[in-house]
Parts: sequence; structure tokens; C-alpha cells
Amino acid sequence: MTKEECKQVVLEIIEEIAPDEDLEGLSHDVRLRDQLDLDSMDFLDIVMELRKKHGIEVPEEDYPQLASLDSCAEYLTPKFNAVKAGA
Amino acid sequence: MSKDTDAQRIVITGCGLTSPLGDDVATMRAALLRGEARIENIEMRHMGTVHAGVCHFDARRWQGRRELRNGTRAGSVAIYCAREAVADSGIDWDSVEKPRVGVYLGITEHGNVETENEIHNISQFEYDTRYWTHHHNPRTVANNPAGEVTLNMGITGPHYTIGAACAAGNAGIIQALWMLRLGEVDLALAGGVSESIHTFGIFAGFKSQGALAHHEDPNKASRPFDKGRNGIVVSEGGAIYTMERLTDARARGAKIYCEVVGYHINSDAVDAVLPNAERQTQCMGAALAKAGLTPADVDIVNTHATSTPQGDIQECKAVRTVFPADACPRTRVNNTKSYIGHAMGAAGALELAGNLPSFNDGLVHPTINVDELDPECDTGNLVLNEPAEAGEVRVILNNSFGMLGINSSLVVKKFAD
Repeated sequence: MTKEECKQVVLEIIEEIAPDEDLEGLSHDVRLRDQLDLDSMDFLDIVMELRKKHGIEVPEEDYPQLASLDSCAEYLTPKFNAVKAGA
Repeated sequence: MSKDTDAQRIVITGCGLTSPLGDDVATMRAALLRGEARIENIEMRHMGTVHAGVCHFDARRWQGRRELRNGTRAGSVAIYCAREAVADSGIDWDSVEKPRVGVYLGITEHGNVETENEIHNISQFEYDTRYWTHHHNPRTVANNPAGEVTLNMGITGPHYTIGAACAAGNAGIIQALWMLRLGEVDLALAGGVSESIHTFGIFAGFKSQGALAHHEDPNKASRPFDKGRNGIVVSEGGAIYTMERLTDARARGAKIYCEVVGYHINSDAVDAVLPNAERQTQCMGAALAKAGLTPADVDIVNTHATSTPQGDIQECKAVRTVFPADACPRTRVNNTKSYIGHAMGAAGALELAGNLPSFNDGLVHPTINVDELDPECDTGNLVLNEPAEAGEVRVILNNSFGMLGINSSLVVKKFAD
């Protein structure tokens, strides 16, 4: 999985969690919470969906890594690839 | 009550509802006068097909998609009803002091739906609780439906639910009456809500108890007072009223549906599920005493009867005791569950909404589905299958009873200076 593909997966999850938000034109290097109406429960939803749909665990101390799309891609892409390799 | 000052007189000035018969008072009333039940067959997890009263309100009218995703069905019902009540009341919502608004909602139960859903969810993951949602607690706390209303409407006054089994709809209204009289709030959003058709446990529990209705035609399944009745049809729904002190309602020139003049809640203290006619009799009597009325003053008794073989008989016994037909020639007795099933925590408030238009149209909606009246349910003044012309309707007594032996009677009066 490439980082761009990883961002797409994260965007699909956000689209489901925050269906009223317009995800067009999001800046990839800016905190998601600064661009979207997302609260702490929404972030937990992202963590839960990563676990449920993709078998990826994000420990609590790593939650800051999910701040922006760029940081998500940086942090999650190796995890996606590890899960894929493990499968 | 007549000695009370206007600031102690509490009136209903707006109504928002959702019911299997429709999502406003006029639509519901028209169906009640046409004698049209609306019960559906739905598929229930672990159970197959069951009868249910289903609401089809437009939840997106007042809620965003994320709010709907994160909240509960009871919260959504409550938000719809509360918003519609405020709109109906004609109150200028933007100028309302939000810390002076209270939300008091009756519920039969809350949390079963979400708990069942989560157990089903983790069953897909070998019961690994890491997959249990973090939304579980805010969704299942008992104040959830009332709290969702405050979040949606920006209300900063008190909110809570009143857990009172199927007497809860009346209990919500009674709580609001007290808080308005105490001066704790200036505007109350009060009534009852139910999401119970989304939990298999309610249906399975009634079935195990031998109290779940079944009939070839779902619209004939809920049939209080009929010899062939065999149990309850579970429904969802809600009715929320704007309630104000008469002084405030007058000051803004409000339309007034009715004045709440009497109420009472008591307990059987004998059995968890079997009703008790003696306590029901006392409950109705105490409500009338608080209203300063006699049984003969009552035009409509809207019964709680849920279409169970035993429950209906007990209530009819109580009604016959309080309202003997020969001594109460004006009094007529009806039942709304024959159309919409049992809307649980919403029942008292929702059934009241179906009867309030009687103050204007002078009609008493009938109890339908009575093909053969059970003689033990004959109160001598039942309105069966066809509406009755009552002339002027001035007083309605609304019964709502629930498990653990809770009884509630509410008395409302056509508003007159």
C-alpha cells in the first residue's frame, strides 16, 4: 500500500464517521480537527474502524500520529503493509 | 385548583409527536376518527416476524447525519418531538432564555437497544470487547433522550428522564407541572418517548410472559376489550408538549390546548406485572380530587388497556368503580392502543395527544377491533368502533399504568378563563 492509498482509506473512514462534512480540498498537512468538525469520540471511531475493518491497532500513546492526513499516512502505511504481509 | 393563582395554573401550548399513525396531531387525529390502525410486521433479530407500531418521521429534518449516527433512536424521537412542539407552540425560540427551559421525558426503559446491538456486534468478533463501542455509555445513560434534546437545541436548563415503565408519559408531564409551579423553569418540554421496537428483548420478554399479541392481520392484533385479545403490540413513538404557566402563555398570546388540572401517581405494591384495580381506582380518584372535579365531570376516560387478557379486565373494573355509567352519563371510555399498539414510555403522552382535539371537535375517538366485547370489559360507556358525538368535551382523564405496579392518571381540562 502506498501513502496515497492509505490516505484514501482514512478518508473513507472519516466520510462514514462524519457524513455531513465536505472532504474536498482538505489540506493534507493540517490537523484534521482544524479543518473538520471532529471531536474526541470521532477520533475513537477512526481507531475503532481501523481495528474492525483493517485489523490495525493504534495504541493510545500513538493517537497524536492521526492528527493530519500526512501524519496518518506516515504512521499507518507501514502498519497496513505489515498486516498485508502477515496475511 | 380554581383557587390557584394564574402562575400556578399550567397549560399545554404546543405538541410535537411521532406515531405509527403519523407525525402531527391533525394526521393522527384524522386516522383515529377514520378508525384506521397502522401496525406492521417487522423482522426481529432472533425472533423472526413480529407485529410492531413503527414511526416514519423525517429524522433529518432536525438532525445532521453524524448526530443520527452517534445518537440513539430514542434521542432522535425526542429531538423530533421537542422541535416540532416548539414550532407548534409559536414560541420565538431564539429569544427564549435557554437556562430557564427544562426537559422532562418519560421512558419505560433505555439502553436495551444499544446493549443488544453491541453484544451482536462483538459476537462477530468472538466476543472480543475491544470491539465494543465507546459510544455505548453516552447512548445508554438513562438521561440520554432528554440530553440529546438539550444538545440539539442548545438548552442549558435541567434535563432528565423519568423512568416509570409504561406510566412514564404521564409522569413526564407531571414532573413538568411541578417544576413550573415551583418556578424552577419557565418553559418545559415534557412527555414521553419510546424506541422499544428496536430491542428483541422487549418482544421476547412479553412472548415468554404470554403477553405478546399475534393475529393474521397485524392491524387487528391490538384489540383491547375484545374477547379474542391475546396480548400487546409493541410500538415506538413520542409526544412532547411545551408547557408553561398560564401567566406566561397569556402574556405571549399563546394557543392553549388544555390546562393540566389534576394528576396522581401511586403504587400497587403487590405484584411486578399483574395490575391492581383497587390501586388504579384510588389513583383516578386522587387525580380527580386534586383537580377539584367529580367523576361525573369527566367526558373522556382514555384507558391504558394494553390488550392483555388480565390487564384490561382490571382496568375496566377500576373504571366501572370510579365512573359507574348510571352516575356518569357524560363519561365515555376509549382506548388508543387499538390503533397504534403500546408505545411504552410514550403511551400516556401520545394517547393524550390523540384525544386533545376532542376539546375542539366534540368527538370521542372509538376503540377499534372490538368484534366481540368481553363482558368483563364492559364499562357501560365504551365508545366502540365508531366515533361518538359528545357535544362539548371539557375534561379528559388519561390513564397510564406500568410494571412494578405504577399507576398514573392525568386530568386535563379545556381551557377557560
